[in-house]
Parts: sequence; structure tokens; C-alpha cells
Amino acid sequence: MNLTTEDRTALPSLRDVISARETRRTAAPTEVKISVRDLNFYYGDHQVLFGNNLDIAANRVTAIIGPSGCGKSTHIRVYNRIYELYRGHRATGHVYLDGVDILAPNQDVLELRRRIGMIFQRPTPFPMSIFDNVAYGLRIHFRLSRNELAERVERALRAAALWDEVKDKLHKPALALSGGQQQRLCIARAIALQPEVLLMDEPTSAIDPVATARIEDLVEELKKDYTVVIVTHNLQQAARISDYTAFFYEGRIVEFGPTRQIFTNPRDPRTEAYITGRFG
Amino acid sequence: MTFDTASTSMRSKVRTPSRAIRAGRAFACFDRPFHWLALSAAMSLLGLLIAIGIALVWRSELSLRTFGLRFLVQSVWDPVRHQFSALTSLYGTIVSSVIGLALAVPLSLAIGFYLAELAPPPLASFFGTAVELLGAIPSIIYGMWGLFVLAPIMADQIQPAIQSVLGSLPLFQGPPMGIGLFTAGVILALMVIPFVSSVAREIFTMVPAVMKESGYGIGATKWEVVRGVTLRYGLSGIVGACLLGLARALGETMAVTFVIGNRHAISLSLFEPGNSISSTLANEFTEASEPLYLSSLIELGLVLFVLTLAIQTISQLWLRRVERSMGGVR
Amino acid sequence: MKCSSAKRRRLTDLAVRLFAQVASLLALGALVWILFEVLRRGGSALSLSLLTKGPTPPGVPGGGFGNAVLGSLLMTFLATVIGVPLGLLAGIYLAEYGGGSKLADLIRLGANILMGVPSIIVGVFVYAVLVVPMGHFTGYAGAISLAIIMFPVIARSSGDILALVPASLREAALALGVPRWRVTLGIVFRAAKSGLITACLLAVARISGETAPLLFTALNSPYWPTTLNGPTANLTVTIFNYAMSPYEDWKNQAWAASLLIMLGVLVLAKGTRFLLARRRD
Repeated sequence: MNLTTEDRTALPSLRDVISARETRRTAAPTEVKISVRDLNFYYGDHQVLFGNNLDIAANRVTAIIGPSGCGKSTHIRVYNRIYELYRGHRATGHVYLDGVDILAPNQDVLELRRRIGMIFQRPTPFPMSIFDNVAYGLRIHFRLSRNELAERVERALRAAALWDEVKDKLHKPALALSGGQQQRLCIARAIALQPEVLLMDEPTSAIDPVATARIEDLVEELKKDYTVVIVTHNLQQAARISDYTAFFYEGRIVEFGPTRQIFTNPRDPRTEAYITGRFG
Repeated sequence: MTFDTASTSMRSKVRTPSRAIRAGRAFACFDRPFHWLALSAAMSLLGLLIAIGIALVWRSELSLRTFGLRFLVQSVWDPVRHQFSALTSLYGTIVSSVIGLALAVPLSLAIGFYLAELAPPPLASFFGTAVELLGAIPSIIYGMWGLFVLAPIMADQIQPAIQSVLGSLPLFQGPPMGIGLFTAGVILALMVIPFVSSVAREIFTMVPAVMKESGYGIGATKWEVVRGVTLRYGLSGIVGACLLGLARALGETMAVTFVIGNRHAISLSLFEPGNSISSTLANEFTEASEPLYLSSLIELGLVLFVLTLAIQTISQLWLRRVERSMGGVR
Repeated sequence: MKCSSAKRRRLTDLAVRLFAQVASLLALGALVWILFEVLRRGGSALSLSLLTKGPTPPGVPGGGFGNAVLGSLLMTFLATVIGVPLGLLAGIYLAEYGGGSKLADLIRLGANILMGVPSIIVGVFVYAVLVVPMGHFTGYAGAISLAIIMFPVIARSSGDILALVPASLREAALALGVPRWRVTLGIVFRAAKSGLITACLLAVARISGETAPLLFTALNSPYWPTTLNGPTANLTVTIFNYAMSPYEDWKNQAWAASLLIMLGVLVLAKGTRFLLARRRD
């Protein structure tokens, strides 16, 4: 990433500002937590995201929808720079978290990832006990006494609505939990670090309907304390739990607005086609 | 960005008081050194390979300068008169390995065929484990068994039997002593079989079922399908496996040293004792007090190193290509 | 005409099937025969005193090879201490950092070739670069040559095993803000634990039967190893020397030592897999 100081401090273009204003006007009294400006993404020479601009409102749930392969996951994987794991994956543009560009080379990536938690498609419990799963990140990021550690683990498990189910088997392997429980454990593991944003990449796609409902209820709870961005294949889910929805198509953000508007009165014919199930 | 920056960052500070006690225990500073450590460990694999070549050339310099190319084409090995050359040992190395491979390859293909196509699953896994165990036995055990168990039987029964049928051939002349190039070859065959047969088995199972079915579809027998489809399909892989097996046989030391007879002579008869590069090294290295003697031994090692290096490199690159093309078909 | 060719075809098929079965039985027979002979001859010679006593002078009956057992254990241990971390680090590079890059490909090729270098050549190499400069044979040199043999084996197998750990697990840990090296050692290693242990034990099994690289590095010694900084007694070279000796007593001891080595190697190579499999249930 060749960002000069000039780029980083450059004011957003007029169009951006207007679109941001429009967003805020419709979003009423919320603040912008993350704002994406002119984001492009490449797998080697192959470009998959084209000039994405998006404002994520604080303490709201923003859903990202669109057909498979349209770049939804790729887009949110820029927010915590997890894409850097892979050779040849590269992003250009700006992603501002509280006004600070996280794509800047001097960004502390580890602290960024503490502030922005991520939940994946499939539950990813670590091969250790339930307690240690939640405590793992805490031990790495904070110096805590035994009691503080136990207390924070409990708080996180409670916040993820898992405490009552696991409190008697905290030191059993996490892999023994059911899929839905594992996914809530992953949520607990993420929120234990007291992040500000939670990114969820199709968190219920590998989980049965009952467990899915529990996680959706949980998301509703979580938005009180966190800004949530959720990528989903499931349109009903997006409609049920999100405040804002962005529709992605072929690497571009076709439409973004309050969920109610997107689902009831889409402005772009492609959004309408997707919502009504004509493709995707 | 102009909007909200001040207020939100203020807010986030208030909301995460724990940042105050954040103690930097992540040790992110180790990331780069760790990467370098892993890289240098990996690079030292290549470094070792190069270092072995350099060290062998360096320590055999005296012999290289004294004998030059003569070293490779003469068959004299006389520590008393300070005359050394590689041909006898090279001959024994190659002949015993070729015998080993000639015996091992058909057997290994048959075993691979049996395990992949014929045997019912429980039997296949039983025989598979047996073959695997055969490969896990240390070479010194093969040596003990070869010298004390196989060699007497060779001398008393097998070699006389061969001589009674093929005795007129120059290959099987001489007294049946039980030790010599032939016995070394038999032991090498046993040691190579686990290796080649496991590759053969893998290749047999890798042949796409459609290709086999189309063979059966036209009424071919199992063997005809193997000969016409499987073998042709997997030929390049099997050739690569045989080359790898050859490289192993060439460098095998202890088992060969026990049974080859350790005589510096080239004879056409396979029943005569001979020696190989590795057996010469094993037997004479610690006795070599003369600098030229030692240097010649190390040059023998250099010859073996170059030989196995060449075969290894060719077969590895070959197998890599085969794998890629098979992967494409699958 | 047609009928006879069909008959011939069927007969050929039958013959080939028969040959395949005979070949498999032959391999099984060879295994059973070798195991049987080692058990019979080694079993009758093995006794506790062989393990507790050092050797007697040539021709004097009695004595044992306890010193060689200890020396072999020490050198194998030292080789493991050197070879395992190095091999794992190289495996980490191959799986975690190198990926499909050209350099990683070249290193994989190099490791494969290094694995195919005859072990006696490794012995000559260590002789040239360690024994000659130091001026005498040492157990350290023996351990280092064993470590060199272990190194590429562990690098390749651990690289393959680590590559099997799903990327999602790495991502999940990285997404918590965990530094890369801790993700590797704390999460990826833990997920691959049983595979890595098996790979290391197999490598230890392989070197514990090695003789050729010790012939001119550690040599052998009739004394108990008090230090590795000198010729060091070891089992495999003892077998070689005793087998080639004219003394019946020593030959029997060589069989006993062979039995010991064989049991050790087979238990390491096979038994661990059963143990790990059982523990998982």
C-alpha cells in the first residue's frame, strides 16, 4: 500500500461527503463508526472490489447482502486486515475507524483486531477448554489476575448467552460443544476483548435453525454495546436483525440505506431483482 | 476525515478503560525474528546439501589432484602402494543395486496391484501394515539376518539350485559361498520393496474409476485393464518410484556391508564376493591412516553423493511433474 | 479359435492374480522370518546382565553392552533435541510462511533430496567438518550426524501436517489480535499436536536404527559414556563389530542387541500410533 501522507489526510470528495450526509440524514442521530472510502481489492492481478464507499453506523447492525462471490466477505475482511494473511491479497483506498485510517502502514494491527472482533462462517473453537478459548485472547492482550480473568470470561460467556449451558464444564474441551454453542463461544471469545465492532461473516450458515434464532436474538442484544456488521446470505435474516443494509453486486456497492427502505422500496433494479429472488 | 473524529475516539477511550492496563503481552515484536528463524532453518536444508558437496570436494582434494579422472576408470585399490580408484566399488554398487531393483520392481508392482485391486479391505490393510513394517526394520537388522540366516541358505540351497539350471552362464560361476553381489542384491530387493510397492499402490488407486470401468466395459479381464489402462496411465509415476528406489539401494550401507563379501575385485559372476562404495567406506574408513588413503575414501563418498544426488534430483522433478499431470486428470 | 483365446486370456488373468498374491505373501513371509529369527536368536541371548554390564576383553566370556545402550540413548536424545526444533522451524516456514512460493518449492525439493542422501555420506560429511578439526571421534559428532538425518524428515512431515490445519483456525486467532508467531505455536501446533508427535517419533525411530553415520563420528567404545566428548559406545556399531568378530559369545550379544533395537524401532514407529488413536477415543 503506497499511501502518502497527502492521501491519508486528503478530504473526501464532495460526492462522498454528500453521500455520507445523506446516510446520516436517514440514519438520524447515530454516529459513523467506520467509513470506507474508495476501497479496491485485488487477488494478485484480479480485482474483486471496485471503489466501495460505505458508512457503518455506531451501535447499529449493518447487513451486507448480495449473491455469492460478489465480494461481501472480502469487503469486511479488510476492516481487520485479516486478508494480509495471504500472499498477493491487497487493498487500496481508505477505511477509517473513528476517523483513523486503518490501512495506514503504521496502524497497530494487533490492537486494531482487538478493537474489531470477527466471527466466521464456521465455528472455529480452538483445540482447548471452553474457559481457555475465551481466556486465550485476554491473556495475550491484558495482564490480569486470576480472579479478573475468571470474571471477564464469565462476563463474556454471559454476554454471549452461553454461561448457563457451560458453567459446569468450563474445563471440558470446546470441541465437545454443539455447533451453535461453538459459534456462541466464538462470539464470547471475541467480545471478551471488549471490542468496539463485531464483524460477522455469515455466522449462521453452518448452524441449524434453532441455534440460528438464538444467535439472531444475541445480535439484537449485542448492538447495545457494539457496532455490528453482518454478512449474510439469508435475506430474511438481514431484514430481521439489521438497521442498515448494503447490497453488493460484482464487487460494487449497488445500494445502501436503511434496511426498511432497501427491502420495501429499492431504488436500483438490480437490488430489486435480488430481493425478489430473481437471481443470486 | 472531518466528521465525528474527536467525539468518537473520546468515546471509545471512555468505553474501554481496560486499555489502561493493556500491558503489551502480545510480544508482537517477536513476529519478525520468528519469521526469520523459520526461514533460516528452512534455508539451512539447502545449505546442508551444498555444504555436504563442498566438504566432500574439499577433503578429497588430495586424491582428486593425484589421480584425476583415472580414479573413475581404474580398478586398482592398493593401500600399500598408495594406488586407489573407484571402479571396483562403483561396479559392485551398481550391480548389486540393479539386481535388487530387478527383483524388487516386478514384486512391488504385483504387491501394489494386490493391495489396491485384489485384496478385500481387511486383508489389504493387514498386508499393507506388514509391508510398512518391512520398511521400518533398520538396515543393520537386515545385515544380521542376511549374514547369519540368508547367506547359509543361499550357499547350501539356492545358489546350487541356480547353478544346476543356469550353471553354464558366466553370471553364475564360482563356488556358492552365500555372500557376494547376488545376496546383496536380494537383501536390497527386500529393503526396496516396501518403498516401491507403496508408491505403486498409491498410483493404482489414483487411476480414475471411469478409466478402469471403461476397460471392464469392453469385456477386459482385470489383468488386461491393469496392463492396458492402469500401467500405461501410471507408468511415469512408477518409473519415478523405481528411480527413487534405485537411489536408496545405491546408498544403502550396513545391510550390503554384511553380505557383499568385501573384496576389491570385479568379476562377472554374481556369486563372487565384491564390494560397494558404502561397504568400502564402512570397512576401511577408520583404518585409513594415510592422508591419500583417507582422501581417496572421501572421494569415493563424493562419487556416491553425486550419483545419488543426480538420480534423486531427476526422480524428484519427474515425480513432481507426474503428480501435477495426474492431479490434472483427477 | 475364439474360444481358445478367451481361455488363454482367462488363464493369463488367473496367473497374474496368483503372482500378485504370491508376491504379497512373500513380503509377509520375509517380515515374519526376519522377526522370528531376531526374536529367537536375540531372545535366547538377551539377559538383564547384558544391559547392566559393560563389555569384557575379547575372548573373555561374560560382560554386556549396557554402555552401548546408554550411549545410544544419549546420542539419540541429543540428536532429537537438535533435530526436532530445527525440523519444526523449517516445517513452520514451509506451511506458514512459504506457502506456494518458488523458494518454498525449492526448499521442499532440497529437503526431499537431502532425505535421499545416503546416511553414510552424512557420516563422512560430519567427519570432514567436525571430527577432523576436533582431532578425535566424539559422541557429539555422532549426535549431530543423526540430527542431520532427522532434520529434513521432520521438516517435510511437519510442513505437510501443519498445512492440513484449516486456515479458518489461523484466521480466527489472528482476528483476536494474536501475533502470527503465537498463532503458530499456540493454536496451529495445538491443533496438529498428535500428527506432529507421531512425525517426531517416526523420525526418532528412524535414527535410532542408524549405524552408518556413527561409524566414523561417534565410533564406538568399550567404556561407559561419562562424556560425549570422545568416542562413544552405541548399540548399532556394537552390533556391527560383534557380528564381524570371531567370538560366538559376541555374535550372540549382537543378536540380543539387534532384538533390542528392533523392538525399540517398531514400538516407536507403530506403537505410538495405536496409543494416540486410543487416547483420542
